[in-house]
Order: sequence, then C-alpha cells, then structure tokens
Amino acid sequence: MHARTLVAGLTVAATAYAPLASAATDSEIQQLRDEMAALRSDYETRIGALETRLAAAQATVEQSTPVEPAPFAQPPLTQAGTGSPGNEFNPAASLILTGTYGQQSEDPANYQIGGFIPTDGEVGPPDRSFQLGESELTLAANIDPYFSGYFVGAFEGDNGTSVEEAFVSHVGLIPGATIKFGRFLSDFGYLNEIHAHAWDFVDAPLALQAFFGGQLRQDGLQARWVAPTSLLIELGVELGLGDQFPGTDRDKNGFNSMMAFAHLGGDVGFSNSYLVGATVYRSKANDRTYQDLDQFGAPVTDAFTGDTEMWGLDFVWKWAPEGNSVERNFKLQAEYFHRNENGSLTFDTDGPQDATGNYNSDQNGWYAQVVYQFMPRWRFGARYDHLDSGSTDIGLVRSGQLPSSAFPILADHDPRRTTTMVDFSPSEFSRLRLQYAWDQARFTDTDDELSLQYIMSLGAHGAHKF
Amino acid sequence: MFRFYVVAGLLIASFASASVHAAVNVFACLPEWASLAQELGADNVSVYQASSPLQDPHRIEARPSLVAHMRGADLVICTGAELETGWLPVLMQTAGNRNVQPGTPGYIAAADYVDRLEVPTRLDRAEGDIHPSGNPHVQLDPHNIAKVAAVVSDRLAKIDPKNATFYAARGQDFQTRWQAAIARWEQQAAPLKGMRLVPYHKDTVYLIHWLGMVEVMDIEPKPGIPPSASYLAELVDKVQRDGADAITRSIYTDPKAPQWLSEHTHVPLVDLPYTVGGTPEAKDLFGLFDDTIARLEKVRK
Repeated sequence: MHARTLVAGLTVAATAYAPLASAATDSEIQQLRDEMAALRSDYETRIGALETRLAAAQATVEQSTPVEPAPFAQPPLTQAGTGSPGNEFNPAASLILTGTYGQQSEDPANYQIGGFIPTDGEVGPPDRSFQLGESELTLAANIDPYFSGYFVGAFEGDNGTSVEEAFVSHVGLIPGATIKFGRFLSDFGYLNEIHAHAWDFVDAPLALQAFFGGQLRQDGLQARWVAPTSLLIELGVELGLGDQFPGTDRDKNGFNSMMAFAHLGGDVGFSNSYLVGATVYRSKANDRTYQDLDQFGAPVTDAFTGDTEMWGLDFVWKWAPEGNSVERNFKLQAEYFHRNENGSLTFDTDGPQDATGNYNSDQNGWYAQVVYQFMPRWRFGARYDHLDSGSTDIGLVRSGQLPSSAFPILADHDPRRTTTMVDFSPSEFSRLRLQYAWDQARFTDTDDELSLQYIMSLGAHGAHKF
Repeated sequence: MFRFYVVAGLLIASFASASVHAAVNVFACLPEWASLAQELGADNVSVYQASSPLQDPHRIEARPSLVAHMRGADLVICTGAELETGWLPVLMQTAGNRNVQPGTPGYIAAADYVDRLEVPTRLDRAEGDIHPSGNPHVQLDPHNIAKVAAVVSDRLAKIDPKNATFYAARGQDFQTRWQAAIARWEQQAAPLKGMRLVPYHKDTVYLIHWLGMVEVMDIEPKPGIPPSASYLAELVDKVQRDGADAITRSIYTDPKAPQWLSEHTHVPLVDLPYTVGGTPEAKDLFGLFDDTIARLEKVRK
C-alpha cells in the first residue's frame, strides 16, 4: 500500500517537473496533458472504488455482518509524531530532577559503616544544606523488530556525569525469555534494580551501601526466563565484567562476576500480592584498596585480593483494598544479605610496613521497611537497618604480626539505623519527602539526620515494576 | 540432585502448559475487554481479567500474577491511548512473550479502532494527566464496542484458524444482538438528551457524547488531580449557578468529594458502573449499558 502510494507520488512528481527540464514542444505538452488526464481519471476511479469499499465496510459493521479483517499494522501515529521526519522516531524521553536539604548532627565527611571494608561508593546521607541530587535523563525506544534500547544518564550535583544504565534488550528468544546486555542495574534482591527516584526513602538501605556501595551495576549480560505457570516463577542469570565493588577489573578473559536469581510471586485475593526472591552472586577482587588508619592513627592504604560470595533473600508484600492503590495501600519489604570474602589482605600496600596475610570474613545485613499510604497522595514509611560485621579472620593479626588496632575499620560492630519518612505526591510526576533517621553506622555517636527531598519527573510517563 | 530439579521443573512446566493449551489465552487489561473476549470466544477462549472494576485503570500495579499471565497470553486486549502506560509496558518487557507485543496480531489496543474524543491540541502536563491520543475511556459508547468486537473476532480467527468459522458466526451473532440493543438503548435514553452532568473524572465523555448529554464541569480541577477543599467550595457555587441534573462518579473513584458536593448542592449523586462488574446489575456488557441508563433515568427530572 505504502509502496504503491510512493510510486504514484514519484510518477506525479516526475510528470509535473518534466516540462521544466526540457524545451517542450506543443506535441510533448499535449502528450503530457493527456498523460496527466489519464492519471487523474485513473486516480478518480481508484478513489471512487475505495470510497465505495469504505462505505460498504461501514455498512457491514452497522449491519453487523463480519467485517473485512482489520489491518493489524501499527496503530496510527499519535499527534506528537507529526513534526519533521527526523523527529518521528525520537525515543521516549524523560528527565528526573532531584534535590535535598540535609541536616546532620555528625560531620558527613567522617561517615563510615563500622566493621565493613569501605566501598568507595555512595554511602551515608546526602550532604548538609541544599544539595542538588542526580538529574537522570532516560531515553528508550525500540531499535528494530528485534531489539529495544534503554539509556539512563545521570548528571551528578557536583557536575560529574555517569552512565547509570545503557542496555539493549530482546524479548522472546524462547517463550518467556528476556535478554539484556550492556550496563544495567543488577537484579540482586529486590531494591537494587530500582532507580533511586523510585525508592521509598531518600537513601539506600545500609546493606546495599555496605555490600555494593549503593547499587550493584553490571556491565554484561542478563538472561531471564518466566515459567509458563500461573504463579510467577522467574529464573535468571547475569554474567559481567565485575569491576564494581565487591569485584575489581582484573583484565582477564571471560567474566569476573556471576549472579543467579529466582523469583516467585502471586496474589492472595485481589487485595494482596507478594514476591519472594533468592540470589547468589560471586566475583573476584584484585588489589581492592581502601583507606584506613594504622595502629598509630596514621592514614594507610590496605588492599583485599580474593573471592566474594554473596547470597540474599528478598520479600515484598503489597496490599491495597480490592487492588485499588489510589486511596490507600501498604507495602512491606525486607531483604537479607550474606557475604563471605576469602583471600588475602595487604596492610599498608606500597608503604613501609607492607605485609600480607590471609583474610576471611562472614558478614550479613538486613533491612525491613513498611510504607503506608493513608490517604490519597500521602504516605508514611518506617525502615530498620541492621548489619552484623560477623566474624573476621585477619591472618596478620592472628599470627601476632600486627595488633588488631592496625585495622580499626574492621573492628567488630553492628551498625543500625532507624528511619521514618512522610511524603506527599501532588501528582504522579512530583513527590516531596521529609525523612528523619537515627543512624548508628559509625562505631560511636548516633547521627541524627534530617532530609527534605524533591523528586520531579518530566516527559514520558514512567512505568514501575512491582 | 541438579538433575532432579531440572526434571521436576520440566514436569511442572509441561503440566502447566498442557493444562492451558486447550483454548486461546486472552489477557484482558480491563473488565470490559474480558467480557467482550468471553462473549466472542465462548468456550474456545480462556480469559484472564487483569484488573477488577474497583481498580482505577490508570493506576494498576504490575503485580507478579500479571507477569505470569502475560507470559502465556495468545491475545492481549487493552484500551491503549496511554491508559495502561504505568503498568502494561513493564508486563510486556518482563514476561518474555513476543507474540503479544504492540504491532503483532496478538495485541489489540481498543482505542486505536474508534474515533477518540478530546485529543488535546496542546500537550502540557500543567493540564494534568492528559493523554496525547485523546480520552481513553472509550468503552462507554456502545458503537465503539461494536468496532472493537469486529477486531477481536478477526484476531481470534487469525490466532486460532481452526475455529475461524466459529468466531465469524459468533461475532456476527454478537453484532446482531448488539445493534438491536443499541437501538433499544438509544430509544430508551432519548429523554436523557440534554441532561446536565457533573462527573468526578473525565471518564464518561463517550457516554455523554453518545447520548447527547452535557458535561457541565468536572469535580477534578484537572484530570488526575483531586479537588482541594477550597476548590470544592467554589464548585458548590458554580454547580448552583450553571445548573446540573446529576453528579456522577465511576465506581472506582473516591466517593467523598462527589458525596460532599451532592450534599451541599442538593444535586443527586449517581454511582455509575463504568465497566462490567462495576455494579451487581452490570454483569456483562449488555448489563453495563442497561444499568448505566437506568441509573441516569432514575434522577432525570
């Protein structure tokens, strides 16, 4: 149909412009006129035929006889697409604007999660006073009939930029399968793959901060499969470069991080839904350095080399009366993380006291949170975080080579934090939040953290997962 | 041990797929499309209704059960026109079902096949949650149902060619009954012409247009924005000044504001079923229109 229109259009155009191109004689002009007349009558006949068919089709609908098969070609383009041809295929774009006002009783510069090797990632509450958060630009579109693409770029408040996600996905290689490759937020547990603007609190749970430095990102490949059952059973694997904490770039062929997960989910009546998941993850680190103080209180750089093995469990329960979440709804969410790190720890790497010994730690952490929307647009939430620095075996200390005070950040500690928040969403596209936290992540001193936050979304309407 | 799990998994999978293979699996986003699919497919379809009449169709969670049913769907029928934009794309992306992606025979967006009203000429979120493709609540004009029914019959025949003649006959039978019902409704509802309504949300536009009623104003100041107390107080004056025969609300919306306005203006409040199952009387598509008209007639002076 399109091809025919195009050919006809070209013919008309060619015919129309032909006289300009040549010194036309009367006979040629007459010939052209005849041709145009022929074309016109031809088209009038065709249009007439089409009108008759259209009328017939409408009549058949009204007379309720089976109609001609409706075309299932792409639905008509919306009004938005009527600009210049180059713009019509523009991807869906959205921009998230966020920012905070923060007040803390302790100096944010000395924030640490006691008992855990620092991650070099995003830990702690947003800084004091007014802070511009991440501005997130999302672009998404189908690439062709086989692939679709998704990009999220983040402009940090301090003018840095980063590629949060940039992946290509393919649906249905085998029934139920989805494949993703590029950079993406890992599907470890429940919250990790959710962008910060969709979180229920200003900051990530301590467990995510301690084990991943905020969120685990993979540069790699993810394959997931949904079983053909009415209960949701989903299995997936991820293979990746594994250069982000707890792994490091090891300049090796193959892959450095591997993850596998299983989800199970369903409904209890129309009002309740649940999703449970289990994840295992492993990666390797080579010379993963971090800053600490030595036994004399002087700054020192230590490094871990070895294997990290993690597993996690996650659980989400959502309730809304008759499934209608507009008025009131409730969400319970909890995750448990366990990490084992086994390898060697180098003290004062590249320094005068340079020494290496075995290192083995078993650590865990969990959080549980509830969020209740008690009236339209208003929600209240509470969260409790608990980490256990567990048992850490440092060879250099066990052998007596160094005192345990040479590794102050690895001292035994159970960081805890209690957070409450209330937020107001004037529309689906805007949210204002007030949050208060009692944070005992440091070895001593409780940090009282007050945060005000705005999250605004411009452009394409986002869709959020369960 | 590993082998045991694989075998067990395959057994579960094959059992589950065998048990559902008998019929065309239809995933209907909303109750009206579930009812239509059931009407047109009868025993040859197995219809999964993804939402209840008490759920706001704009705001449905992409819950796990929906992903699981999207996975096994042969035909997806939704409204389109961005009504399901907050949840349907998630299902499409995670369920791994390529047979029901937009643009394939397995996907019907009903609003694509009807003449949409209120297509905005100016797209600006300052106007509230507006839909670039126009008002999406197309099911309340029965002529639209007829148009969508023709598409559904056709797609069922494409997806399940063995039973093509069944779907054609069934479709024809439905269209005959439906056209007769439309004639009856239009006659019955003739006195409703010119009736002045104050709906809560702009979700009865097609009904109002069909029956020649008048939408005086909406209770929502802008689509998707609930009215504040001061705005409601202003509405009392406006309703009394402009005159209205009824305040209406669809069953999934919060009754508080319409009730308050009704009490303060003495304009009767009518709860409309909005979709199949919205009221006990609206048990199928025929009942939906019977009951909607009956409820409006009751307050028509």
